[in-house]
Amino acid sequence: MTAAALPSPLRIGLSRGALELKVFLRERAAVIFTLGMPAILLLIFGTIFKGEVGRTGVDFRQYIAAGIIASGIMSTTFVSLGITIAQERDDGTLKRLYGTPMPRAAYFIGKTIAALVLSLLETVVLFVLGSLLFGLKPPSTPERWLTFAWVFVAGVTVCTLLGIAISSVPRSGRSAAAVLNVPYLVLQFISGVYYTFSDLPSGVQQVGALFPLKWISQGLRSALLPDTLLAAEPAHSWEHGRTGLVLAAWGVAGLVLCLTTFRWKRRRDA
Amino acid sequence: MSTVRWTRESPDHRSRTGRIAATLGGMNDTAVRVRDLRKRYGDVDAVNGVDLDIHRGEVFALLGPNGAGKSTTIEILEGHRRRTGGEVSVLGTDPGRPTRKWRGRLGIVPQTSNEQPELSVREIVAHFAGYYPRPRNVDEVIEAVGLTDKAGARLAHLSGGQRRRVDVALGIIGDPELLFLDEPTTGFDPDARRRFWRLIEGLAHGGTTILLTTHYLDEAEALADRVGVIAGGRVVEVGSPLELGGRATATARVGWLGPEGRQVLETDSPTQVVAELSQKFDGEVPELTVTRPTLEDVYLTMIGETR
Ligand SMILES: Nc1ncnc2c1ncn2[C@@H]1O[C@H](COP(=O)(O)OP(=O)(O)OP(=O)(O)O)[C@@H](O)[C@H]1O
Ligand SMILES: [Mg+2]
Repeated sequence: MTAAALPSPLRIGLSRGALELKVFLRERAAVIFTLGMPAILLLIFGTIFKGEVGRTGVDFRQYIAAGIIASGIMSTTFVSLGITIAQERDDGTLKRLYGTPMPRAAYFIGKTIAALVLSLLETVVLFVLGSLLFGLKPPSTPERWLTFAWVFVAGVTVCTLLGIAISSVPRSGRSAAAVLNVPYLVLQFISGVYYTFSDLPSGVQQVGALFPLKWISQGLRSALLPDTLLAAEPAHSWEHGRTGLVLAAWGVAGLVLCLTTFRWKRRRDA
Repeated sequence: MSTVRWTRESPDHRSRTGRIAATLGGMNDTAVRVRDLRKRYGDVDAVNGVDLDIHRGEVFALLGPNGAGKSTTIEILEGHRRRTGGEVSVLGTDPGRPTRKWRGRLGIVPQTSNEQPELSVREIVAHFAGYYPRPRNVDEVIEAVGLTDKAGARLAHLSGGQRRRVDVALGIIGDPELLFLDEPTTGFDPDARRRFWRLIEGLAHGGTTILLTTHYLDEAEALADRVGVIAGGRVVEVGSPLELGGRATATARVGWLGPEGRQVLETDSPTQVVAELSQKFDGEVPELTVTRPTLEDVYLTMIGETR
């Protein structure tokens, strides 16, 4: 028999990405919950708060909008991925895939593609809402667009890797939502999503600065909000270099965790 | 086949002579070879020294009570579970070290599974086809499992038996050389079961090696070239469904309605008895039956002895 070539991982990965998106968009509850939740939060916080950030002339609601876009990325990647993968492990979907010649990488490529597209969708929804209601403006210069792009891509990548990695932590699919939401909620509050970061107690700021969400929020603010805001930023600088370093470090850590701890089977199926 | 098959002969049963001859030709060509396979879960020996040889082109059925170790054995062969001990070779590869290429030659229908309910039958089958180097035609496979009418329906809207047929479709879409089926027909209606048998016969005629488990002895009898009975993690006996447990040579029972009522005679030469009866009654023997133990009788005796 002549061996026909196995289809390439990239091709299967793309087809998995399309499939994942199709499945996601057909689950109405998931669409509303995942995409709608940050939008609702934006509406709530945008209505409760008013005024400007310090004396920077920046509308506080725009500050929050940038933060919620960052936390929206984390929701569509880290939280949503972590939960669905844990469920897929529990219901045997992963085991089924493991039994086919699908290359492992294709599964992760598919998840990453789906996460990128959903995050983009989420960002557009939040941005449109923010600009209609709170006057949020698109990046004003090409450099700022570039900043927006790299922070977005790095943020999505890091949170995707961490979501895949953490999916192996919950013992079952049912407990996954609880396990995933704890770090998500805590990080939102210590990363300056709903408050001005520099208003947080300094101990909290230091803890927050250890995790990616703070840096993604700050990076997005640097792309979307004017430099007058720098007066209210902790370092009085956008710290792009440090943002890149922290995200790169988390990306590497996430990748290593994915490669070393990912399980295709339930614990009892070893 | 010259042996008379008793009352349970199924109408669509086909002679497997041609295939068996083909199998004999390549007898040394083993698809699955298992020696002293062991699997422990904690302090339970789920599989406790199983030996098994499955030839290429053969249909082999594993029978055994719940918890006997059938699924554990199959999942080790599929590369899903790690073994505690023993030697295993599946299509020449150790399933403990699976490769993509090797996976592409296998088809797996697990005992339980759970596909994306949001996808349609055609979508999921077509997607899985994309994993394999040489998949079968998607619509043909859907037709083969009898889901053509439901090809556009989402899995969420299928009945239990229909969803099971999707599992079978996903197992054969890659046109496997070796197909594992763990209780494939659970939940099938009688008609679907017959259709499934024909599908399996077709695959077997095409040269696919098949290892299946089942709790339906008529299924094993209709499909399998050889049957292995496994109980308590050990193989109790291996043989053709007709010979298992000395069934072929077991005493036959000839029954008829005599002048004094129902008569039963146990004999090793039923043909002669029937001939004599025929002479005595001068033609038709009233309510004549000739029976041998069914596979089920033999199986139950065998399992009873291991308890
Ligand atoms: N993951 C596991 N952890 C612990 N014990 C297990 C596990 N899987 C199976 N067992 C035990 O191993 C034994 C064999 O199980 P297995 O699933 O192989 O049986 P089976 O022959 O397929 O049964 P059935 O006909 O019910 O499907 C059983 O006693 C079962 O309780
Ligand atoms: Mg089983």
